[in-house]
Amino acid sequence: MNQTYAMAAVAAVVAATVLIGSLGLRISRTTSDFYVASRSVKPALNAAAISGEYLSAASFLGIAGLVLLQGPAMLWYPVGYTAGYLVLLVLVAAPLRRSGAYTLSDFAEARLESPYVRRLASLFVVGIGWLYLLPQLQGAGLTLEVLTGAPDWFGGLLVALVVTGAVAAGGMRSITFVQAFQYWLKLTALLLPALFLVTAWVADDAPRARFDAPAVFREHTSVRVDDTVRLALDAPLTVTVSGTVDSTTYDGRRTTLGEGLHRVEAGTTLGFPSGARVPERSPDPDDPLGWSGSLSGEPDGQRLYATYGLILATFLGTMGLPHVAVRFYTSPHGRAARRTTLVVLGLVGAFYLLPPVYGALGRIYAPELALTGDADAAVLVLPDRLVGGLAGELLGALLAGGAFAAFLSTASGLTMSVAGVLGQDVLPSRGVRHFRLATPLAMAVPLGLSVVATNVPVADAVGLAFAVSASSFCPLLVLGIWWRRLTPPGAVAGLLAGGGAALTAVMATRAGLAPDGWPHTLMAWPAVWSVPLGFLTMVGVSLATPRHVPPGTPATLARLHLPEGLIGRPHPEGAER
Amino acid sequence: MPPEPQPATRRPRRETVTGVPRSGRRPPGHAPARSEISEQTTLGHTYVRSLMRSQLRAALSALATLALLVGSLPLLLTLPAALAPDGPAPSAEPFLWAALGAVVHPVLWLIARWYVRRAERNERDFTGLVEGR
Repeated sequence: MNQTYAMAAVAAVVAATVLIGSLGLRISRTTSDFYVASRSVKPALNAAAISGEYLSAASFLGIAGLVLLQGPAMLWYPVGYTAGYLVLLVLVAAPLRRSGAYTLSDFAEARLESPYVRRLASLFVVGIGWLYLLPQLQGAGLTLEVLTGAPDWFGGLLVALVVTGAVAAGGMRSITFVQAFQYWLKLTALLLPALFLVTAWVADDAPRARFDAPAVFREHTSVRVDDTVRLALDAPLTVTVSGTVDSTTYDGRRTTLGEGLHRVEAGTTLGFPSGARVPERSPDPDDPLGWSGSLSGEPDGQRLYATYGLILATFLGTMGLPHVAVRFYTSPHGRAARRTTLVVLGLVGAFYLLPPVYGALGRIYAPELALTGDADAAVLVLPDRLVGGLAGELLGALLAGGAFAAFLSTASGLTMSVAGVLGQDVLPSRGVRHFRLATPLAMAVPLGLSVVATNVPVADAVGLAFAVSASSFCPLLVLGIWWRRLTPPGAVAGLLAGGGAALTAVMATRAGLAPDGWPHTLMAWPAVWSVPLGFLTMVGVSLATPRHVPPGTPATLARLHLPEGLIGRPHPEGAER
Repeated sequence: MPPEPQPATRRPRRETVTGVPRSGRRPPGHAPARSEISEQTTLGHTYVRSLMRSQLRAALSALATLALLVGSLPLLLTLPAALAPDGPAPSAEPFLWAALGAVVHPVLWLIARWYVRRAERNERDFTGLVEGR
């Protein structure tokens, strides 16, 4: 791929982000502008901003990569991301806006009148935000590395700097414009190349992608293996090897590898003849991160369970993501919040029609990505393979720019919300100056982590954030909005039990503590049991502490559910913050 | 975006009286149900509860539709394999592509639109009830 075009595209996206952000700076004057864009963002603009923020690297690159590797069952990811917004719409959108609070912590405090619940909620907001930021930064590093050969920390650092600058300078008002722009950029960047790719595919007699059999090389292909991999062959395979396989060094000779496991050292180049099967990459026992959220390759019962684990986590987890919740406060009123969400569903749904196309085409035309483990790069390399020439390079550059827009927009939304919570609950006083101080802090921790903990798969870390959010904030929001008898002790217990259990289970799986078989599946996909655990604990402890029901509950619930302007609404402290 | 009206309790509105109010329409903010709600009487709570119940019913209907149409898919997809335990099961792949890749998104949007309309109608009905129109 031509590095100059890709560099130019990434630079253009960064420049546009800074430019639009600085335009917002000129009109961002008050604290209210800063945090909630003065609550005056119209549904169409707000919906584009929400969608732009929501469609992260996991959507732009990750889904196509997962489909390439594991087939259409992976489409549950985009379906879950979209359906999460539907659940959010019907259960929390309008009341969340009407609560008149800004962050999830504000909601917890307004509803439960307890500073303890507020502090615990802040802890979860920051934790989930950082979990979600980490893969964005790492994904940016990987993309720049693939595209331009820059060192892998550079992309993350670039995203961190641009985002910190834009957020600290302009706050929510400017971020809204930036993210709305980035939604349309991402859609264009995926749609336009897809049209060319499908045309090229039809001109190639429209070969079918097969997922029930191993992928096949369509032509003689040389694959350079950058990291040491273990390949599992179920039939002998004849390849040309230059490099080291099974501690034997070859220099471009044809050789036949027998059935079984083979260890291919880093830097080896394998030449596959046309029609050869793409060998399966075998999970590395030394690599605790190698389990990578697989929905296939397991017995039927476990696969069904894992699918439902994914469905529950994404359907219910969306409402508790800090950068999603914060967006609702920028709507002028509850009805607008609902209509905004409806538009978001349309925009996000339209976007998600595209990644499966890339996944299927990648399976046909770039099957070696499954071997090298760079499946996330499928979207980026396809134009070069199918279209080629100058057009292919330009389309590849467009995709690179879109991918970078994905990192920037999601990272800015997350930084915005984490900085908001840090600025209000951790740093001493409230105000724009402290928000500006909180921004670098919000970014520094995940940036540091991304340097230390390399190789966290993008989709995994994002999935973890969803599971924790579904088990902690989903019960808090749903019960807080619809149930009169929720008490602060109940909320604390539910947050700790549900969110804590989900976090512990996934971390333990990561660390390789879970035995194979059912225990592993249960712990890798905790949402099926941790969400009910969170709900039941919250309800049970609340029922056991009936004297702690906050005295203002009826008034709060009336404010959450009544249409604006129906009654004299006492403005809660901090509403116009 | 309708501007938020000034709370009636905080700033009494100054009005120029030029005659009897036309057609007996009460000025907003003085309907009995409205003050029941803002003064948080038992009757006011009953009003709020009735709105919450109708909104919750709308939300649960939407969620039930979602569970029925989308949530049942994984179970449905295990059917071919369960029905043909020995022989080669018919591949569910084309169906999976069509359902998850395309059809599901308009379905989600339609459920959402149905819900938004229903929720707004609930609120309109409630406002009408409270303002005595």
